[in-house]
Amino acid sequence: MQELIEILEELHPEIDFAECEDLVDGKILDSFDIVTLVAEINEHFDVAIPVGELIPENFNSVAALWALIERLDEE
Amino acid sequence: MAFTSVNFLIFTGILIALYYILPHKIQWIILLVGSYVFYFFAGPRYLAFLLFTTITTYLGILLMFRKNHSAAEYLQQHADYSKAEKKAYKAKVKSSNRAILIVVLVLNFALLFFCKAMLVEPIRSSMQGNGTLSFLTLGLPMGLSFYMFQSMGYLIDVYRQKAEALTNPFKLALFTSFFPQLVQGPISQFEDLKETLFTEHSFDRRQVAFGLQRMLWGFFKKMVIADRIAVAVQELKGSEYTGFAFFILVVFFAIQIYADFSGGIDIAIGVAETLGIRLPENFLRPYFSKNVAEFWRRWHVTLMEWMKRYIFYPITVSKPMLNLSMKAKKKLGRFGMRLPIYIGSLLTWLATGIWHGFNLHFIVWGLLNCFVIVISEELTPLYQKFHGRFAFSNKRGYDVWQIIRLFILINLIQVTDLFENVGEYFRKVFSLTYTFNYHVLWDGTMTKLGLNTADYVILLVGVVLMFLVSVLQRKGSVRKQMQKIPRILRYVILIVLLFAVILFGSYGIGYNASAFIYNQF
Repeated sequence: MQELIEILEELHPEIDFAECEDLVDGKILDSFDIVTLVAEINEHFDVAIPVGELIPENFNSVAALWALIERLDEE
Repeated sequence: MAFTSVNFLIFTGILIALYYILPHKIQWIILLVGSYVFYFFAGPRYLAFLLFTTITTYLGILLMFRKNHSAAEYLQQHADYSKAEKKAYKAKVKSSNRAILIVVLVLNFALLFFCKAMLVEPIRSSMQGNGTLSFLTLGLPMGLSFYMFQSMGYLIDVYRQKAEALTNPFKLALFTSFFPQLVQGPISQFEDLKETLFTEHSFDRRQVAFGLQRMLWGFFKKMVIADRIAVAVQELKGSEYTGFAFFILVVFFAIQIYADFSGGIDIAIGVAETLGIRLPENFLRPYFSKNVAEFWRRWHVTLMEWMKRYIFYPITVSKPMLNLSMKAKKKLGRFGMRLPIYIGSLLTWLATGIWHGFNLHFIVWGLLNCFVIVISEELTPLYQKFHGRFAFSNKRGYDVWQIIRLFILINLIQVTDLFENVGEYFRKVFSLTYTFNYHVLWDGTMTKLGLNTADYVILLVGVVLMFLVSVLQRKGSVRKQMQKIPRILRYVILIVLLFAVILFGSYGIGYNASAFIYNQF
């Protein structure tokens, strides 16, 4: 999960990602950030996030995003 | 049946009465019948298009639902399958669902393309000559784009297994045709709309009053402000108005397009609210944005959300794009990694432009938006350095400057809508740099635009009111805030607003133009 936080911090150094739970609803991550994240996750974790999973619930917090990566990795 | 017609008010009044008097169990059936009656009055021959989209969407959903259902049963019966075998089976089911999805999408978008090219384009061009705003023609013929986008979005969500599959064809028909949305949106997501569309609603005096208030505010914006200023916008389009006169056109057009479009949406949301149904917001105080990307997250929100979910994301996170991103990152760094995002943006803005109409100025409009967004994105590190270095950039005054800057920039782009001749548009824009004819403000030009002093006073009051309402909205619903003031004062405000619509509502060019659109069909 630390690696994921580092990717996020590179996008928005000013945000405390460990605490924040409304990354999309709070307008911190926009669609450009989300696509960048998908590319980074694909590269770092070898997990392809399908387009149907690009919904706010999956990107609102680090925990939710990590859970998504783990679930997709399992599948 | 235009929103601003007496027929629409009578129709809505009868529908609301039946909706609450008849048994609540059949409320959704009343809405379905009402929506089809609304559609029938607008133009019976276009019912075929609505039925085509509804039936093909229904068949697509039903087939996918059955496939998923039998696949789940099959996997249950074969619980001994290995992980790889299950994965292969699921991929097979997904692939056959994808084939169904593609067939329905192709059929519907072919119909949309055909209608836009063959039926709408000649009408749109002639209407623009009459001063009709292009967004009013987006839904032609009779809401096709809006109900089709809503249906196709839902179908894709069912394919992605992110929405419940509706197997009742009549309920699906209601979702597709719910009448307040047919004219100019908003485009709803099924999972949001189903919460209130199919449920029973008891008469709630406060809710109905809120809905009527919202409608009244919409009528005020549309009839008192937009339709009044439309006359001056038409005049200012003329080739003789350059330099500062063109700048006045940009500001007037900004007022017209916002008042007209958001006013229409207020009426749609207000009508739905009187029925206890929640439609999504389409305008989130867009003129308070600080950059173009933010503006498009706050203007025509539901369309932009649709474009993002179903065009931008599928392009940018596709396998070829992810591969491109990885390769380009190695060679070009940050820009390389973002290359697929820019390609996705370009294609999405081109699609949005073409959807507005098959004309060069709409493509220019899309490209200008895309260009400004991409440039801002690439300059972000520079902005951050600037903000870190200069303390004044973090103060309130700088926020106001950013808002004004965005207002001018975005409306310079929006005004392309008025110029089918792209060369003429650019000539006018460049005239801002060398024609300093500020005297148009006092040399009598302003009184030759079809507006007299009283019109300017009404417009000024109207625009100030819109501004104040937007400021109040920052603290939440204005109608809820109004509940806190003495009842008598509240009634006075509403009665004044009602009389303003009746007395100052423009029943001239704008009214006829609105009627004209719907009489075409």
